[in-house]
Amino acid sequence: MTSREEILAKVKSNQPGPRPLPADLATVPGGMESIAQFKTVLTTIGGAIVEVTNFDEIANYIQQEFKDKKRLISTLPELASVTEPGWENKDPHSYEDVDLAIIKAHFGVAENAALWITEDLMQQRVVPFICQQLAVVVNKADIVATMHDAYSKISDAEYGFGSFIAGPSKTADIEQSLVLGAHGPKSMTVFLLGQG
Amino acid sequence: MSTGAKDHAQLSDIFNEDEARVDWHDETLWFVRAKRDKAAHGLPEWETLRETASQIKDNVLSNLHDYLLQFEANAEKNGIKVHWAANGDEHNKIVHSILKESGVNRIVKSKSMLTEECHLNDYLHKNDIEVIDTDLGERIVQLAEEPPSHIVLPCIHKKKEEIGELFHKHLGTPEGASDPVFLTAAARDHLREKFITRKAAITGVNFAVAETGEFVVCTNEGNADMGAHLADVHIACMGIEKILPLRKHLSVFLRILTRSATGQPITTYSSHFKKPRPGQTMHIVLVDNGRTTQLGREDFRNSLKCIRCAACMNTCPVYRRSGGHSYHTAIAGPIGSILAPNLDMKNYADLPFASTLCGSCSNVCPVKINIHEQLYKWRQVIVKEGYADPKKAMAMKAMDFTLSNPSIYKIAGKAGRWVLKHAPFTVNNKLNLWYKHREMPEPPKQSFGEWYKQNNKND
Repeated sequence: MTSREEILAKVKSNQPGPRPLPADLATVPGGMESIAQFKTVLTTIGGAIVEVTNFDEIANYIQQEFKDKKRLISTLPELASVTEPGWENKDPHSYEDVDLAIIKAHFGVAENAALWITEDLMQQRVVPFICQQLAVVVNKADIVATMHDAYSKISDAEYGFGSFIAGPSKTADIEQSLVLGAHGPKSMTVFLLGQG
Repeated sequence: MSTGAKDHAQLSDIFNEDEARVDWHDETLWFVRAKRDKAAHGLPEWETLRETASQIKDNVLSNLHDYLLQFEANAEKNGIKVHWAANGDEHNKIVHSILKESGVNRIVKSKSMLTEECHLNDYLHKNDIEVIDTDLGERIVQLAEEPPSHIVLPCIHKKKEEIGELFHKHLGTPEGASDPVFLTAAARDHLREKFITRKAAITGVNFAVAETGEFVVCTNEGNADMGAHLADVHIACMGIEKILPLRKHLSVFLRILTRSATGQPITTYSSHFKKPRPGQTMHIVLVDNGRTTQLGREDFRNSLKCIRCAACMNTCPVYRRSGGHSYHTAIAGPIGSILAPNLDMKNYADLPFASTLCGSCSNVCPVKINIHEQLYKWRQVIVKEGYADPKKAMAMKAMDFTLSNPSIYKIAGKAGRWVLKHAPFTVNNKLNLWYKHREMPEPPKQSFGEWYKQNNKND
């Protein structure tokens, strides 16, 4: 008998009688308004919010705030004028010196300020992790309340890799002192795009 | 962790030699527990979430056979190679053979309590493979040649000055530098070089979804992602109990995991690995190592619901004041004390006794494991199977004899009161373990029996 057969046989004989799955949970209505909550939580976890109404404002902001940075890359064609051309499809190790990566998220979650980003929006999986600083563009209309809404939105979407990213990389492993920028980005800027 | 023959009480004595450090350890973990409370109380539906998570896990355990098959089929369809390991040794051999086939002898590894449980690092080291732990806390204890003392905060027992010394010795930071921001930056540079140059990465698994064949890895540092997305080979190691039926169930577990662990609303990264990236090979090792046995123990199977948040450790008055290393097992604290005896009842017979049975662990457990009840039940099993500490077993027998014999009970009571009154030095000394941290009580003038007799007569 292989280990596989052995394990499966033992599981089958030892597992208890059937127990039903509980009812699905949904977002409990009430509490804070989603966009306000998203902004508050993101700030609490070390991220920065920039509210914009169009991509020109984002491009201007990047030019001003990151003007001393050498290597800026983006997956967004709207930001081609302020970022490096032809960076795509290289060996993932070659992005080690990227100062700022600007990518898009499918949506954000108000309760924890996490942004859902799949591989197709990253170009290369390593991009949002290896860059020194990360910026993410998300539509104001795409902020959902809780993780239950998030997975309803993801539903049975196909992806090879996807991640909820909430704020900059961090650690508190040394005496519980919070330090931003463990291995991944040292900062995270979220461009909240939309009217009002 | 090999500790010779020392048990939890003896190892705690070593930890307790430095009282100031014990106080600091206690307060630091209580601070984490307080953050957990704040996060939990911030959600009015918290108890519903706990109950739902618990019920999903009940369903998983009752249907694990089919879910494992479904997960395997879907993962393979996604291009992931699935391996099965009956025990820690087989797990280590599988990992080693994958690395050998890939021609890799230097790897990075993100946090995985399973690989700690299986002693993978030791095994690979013996086979000339260098493992760099990339979680900052784990890297620190690795440099110190110690095991983690906490499953979420591996070096919570270390002071920043000690970490500064380690970094000075191993990473070349200036002597005396102990600022956490500075030390973290030094570790970032040190580990970046490892991420960039290593061709294989090992990660743990927080959740695996039967419906889709994907698995989720949660970190705050981003070290699992840095390792996996740069490596040609990604090996993910998981216990068979990590399965969830449906993708949407992740919503419940991602809501409770980090709130329970550190009080954050979610970890910085909750990464869903479904397919290898083009050109990469991805492996999953499914490990039993005693889990199927635990599944068959009706009183203890609920321990398999654990999602490794460590809330039970942070709240435990015994863990906080005895330190993780005194549990001499990969997973310390209350949950570790109900998992370890399943693996080796003799070696871990002391652990279920390392508890006041106050029940705080069960109260904070996000998947509602009845931890303190299981601790109590393990004590009975251990005594019945003959693994109890002989001193304790002898005392219990003497107690049993005295309590089941009224005349001996009366004599013993009288003798006890006489000794406390006339010869306190015979009990107020080091030989009496009870006296170690306590004063002996004032002896009453008479027993309740004597009092009752006297007062009844007067009526």
